[in-house]
Amino acid sequence: MNRTIRYLKGMLRAGAVAATFVACVALAAPLGLPPVPVPADNAITPEKVKLGDKLFHDTGFSTTGEVSCSTCHDQNKGFTDGLPVSEGIHKLKGTRNAPTVVNAAYLQTQFWDGREPTLESQSAQPFLNPVEMGLENHDPILTVVRSDPEYGDLFQKAFGKSGEQITMVEVQQALATFQRTLIAGNSPFDRYYFGGDKTAMSPEAIRGLEVFVGQGRCVSCHVIEQTQALFTDNRFHMIGVAANQMPKDLDELSAAVEDVKKRGTDIAVLSNAKTSSLGRYAVTRDLTDIGAFKTPTLRNIDLTAPYLHDGSVETLEEVVQFYNNGGRLEETDPVPELLSGGIRPLNLTEEQQADLVEFLKALTSPGFFRK
Amino acid sequence: MNLNRRAFLKTTGAALMASGFPMSLVKMAFGAAQDFTFAYISDAHIQYIKGDKFVRNWDMGLIRAIREANLLTPRPDFFMFGGDLAQLGRKEELDHGLEIMSRLRGRVHYVIGEHDYYLDLGEYWQSKIGPLWYSFDHKGVHFVVLNSILTYDSWTHKKWAAPMDRMLAMARLDNPQGSPFMVGEEQLGWIKKDLEKVDRTTPVVVFSHSPIQKIYKGWNFWTEDAEKVQALLEPFDKVTVIYGHVHQIQYNQIGNITFHAVMATAWPWPYPESYSQVPSHLPKLTVPMNRADPFFERDATGWQFIDVGKGNVNMHYQLPDNENRSVVFNPKTGYPQDVRYQDMDSRIPPQTHY
Repeated sequence: MNRTIRYLKGMLRAGAVAATFVACVALAAPLGLPPVPVPADNAITPEKVKLGDKLFHDTGFSTTGEVSCSTCHDQNKGFTDGLPVSEGIHKLKGTRNAPTVVNAAYLQTQFWDGREPTLESQSAQPFLNPVEMGLENHDPILTVVRSDPEYGDLFQKAFGKSGEQITMVEVQQALATFQRTLIAGNSPFDRYYFGGDKTAMSPEAIRGLEVFVGQGRCVSCHVIEQTQALFTDNRFHMIGVAANQMPKDLDELSAAVEDVKKRGTDIAVLSNAKTSSLGRYAVTRDLTDIGAFKTPTLRNIDLTAPYLHDGSVETLEEVVQFYNNGGRLEETDPVPELLSGGIRPLNLTEEQQADLVEFLKALTSPGFFRK
Repeated sequence: MNLNRRAFLKTTGAALMASGFPMSLVKMAFGAAQDFTFAYISDAHIQYIKGDKFVRNWDMGLIRAIREANLLTPRPDFFMFGGDLAQLGRKEELDHGLEIMSRLRGRVHYVIGEHDYYLDLGEYWQSKIGPLWYSFDHKGVHFVVLNSILTYDSWTHKKWAAPMDRMLAMARLDNPQGSPFMVGEEQLGWIKKDLEKVDRTTPVVVFSHSPIQKIYKGWNFWTEDAEKVQALLEPFDKVTVIYGHVHQIQYNQIGNITFHAVMATAWPWPYPESYSQVPSHLPKLTVPMNRADPFFERDATGWQFIDVGKGNVNMHYQLPDNENRSVVFNPKTGYPQDVRYQDMDSRIPPQTHY
């Protein structure tokens, strides 16, 4: 596990009082990252983190007893699952690639289409999605956490609540708090760029950084700032992925919108590739958002293949090729009509593309290992 | 009032239902005008390079606008194209532009721009698209399409080494050897005659490429005989002029005439007020749009869908990679206003350019 995470959790176990601890987290933000934003009503405490950790890994909240949050956000796989699209109960497939939860604490919206604003609100949904954990409602979770002695103890310590006093609010707050400790910076890039260690990156990766901020135009969405780098602009862009899935005409668009209205965004988009392809439009219904998906972080990208929101590209080399061709894998593929104005052919040489991949590999935080 | 797109659609829905009321109710106030919507795409500037190559950025702007407009619901009654389909009036550009335009599902009416005209003086345009000025009626509104980018014959027909020299001279901004746009006497005569048969209570909507008002001469945000056109429109209760050419949101009210500009799909122009060498007269009402990020080629470009309610024209600007805007007629004040940004306090402070 990431050394930074271990460090944070160690501090948590030291059991500082909550207020002091928030200050500690701020101080402990690893190189290249800002302090973790924490909502005023959900301070990080060691007890909440411990509870959230258990909930995150508990397979008992799925209909089959086999699926937990960590099924698709596996810490041995960079908190993703290594699959093109995630598999829930009965190996049912969704439509989207599991994003890493590492550094999700910094994101302004959650899910690929940003349909939830916070980690707290996000965490309630996968339990109820038919292709994820498949519960009809949250009652089975509450039944367990209200009656199980171990959970009883943890909730008492974390929230001072027990029995009927425990609601989904506490469950969600604990899950969110656990995820706020999954913070990873201090990569070779951070040590090179923010730490001043000019030997931290290879010459290839250093050249790749030049491409990243220059001709490659990557930095305009995958943001690097003066003192920190989240590698996302928290905006939504149609970069050409799965363009062939998108509604071809008004009839298909209307059908997809009806689907969203009838079943809710979460269920509709994860069960139907065409509905999924609406991207941000499913949330805003603004024509300029059709097919637009959130800019993901690039940290630890080398560990989280396959890539793009539908997991359709297997290697970093191919992702770079996809962008170099202006939002398509092959130069002969059609140019998507609704392509973002930020995406265009880049005319990178093979060496520049290889350097860019080396740079992306320098974004891996220490301590993440594949199994 | 904060009118977002969904709210607008609801309003439109309500308005469409309202149009089901006894016609006499509507007629009393505004002739026989019904409520309806149309969409407006303009200034595509399709530019030929060589072989089968065209400038990708301009192609993509027009393609995107059409793809979005085809997904509008309720369906617009018709589409307008506001001029400058081509960059330098070449056949290749007009053909390629029309080929892309053919993806648009619905009837299209065209306005000619100077970039379509000054190579062959509109010859190829007329053979492919139709007349340069004309009028039509739709649901009780009288629409007049003008060719407002003509100029003095002495300039148009002076001894040019080649027609392309004339085209390039007219395309150049701040050209000391340039010449101002105008509608011209022949067309003024036609407008007068065309409007004679129109009832004074009938809403009139004029489509032109250049503004039928004087804003900034150096870039031909200008029509030399604008006052003469305005005088012909003066007798009507309700007149709206919609123009392209300026590639930005502008709106104004002069007497009974409401003015709106439309966006380009190709590129944005800066606001002339930011260009201080020559005085500009950007309408006071206009809230300039915020141009956030030139990285996104489509930012500060776009297209618009328009609802005509009770003869009033309401503009809804679709602006990729930016905030959509709506500029609607306020019956209380009698002029158009931005639904979100009109108040000084609601505006996003512009960046300072040095």
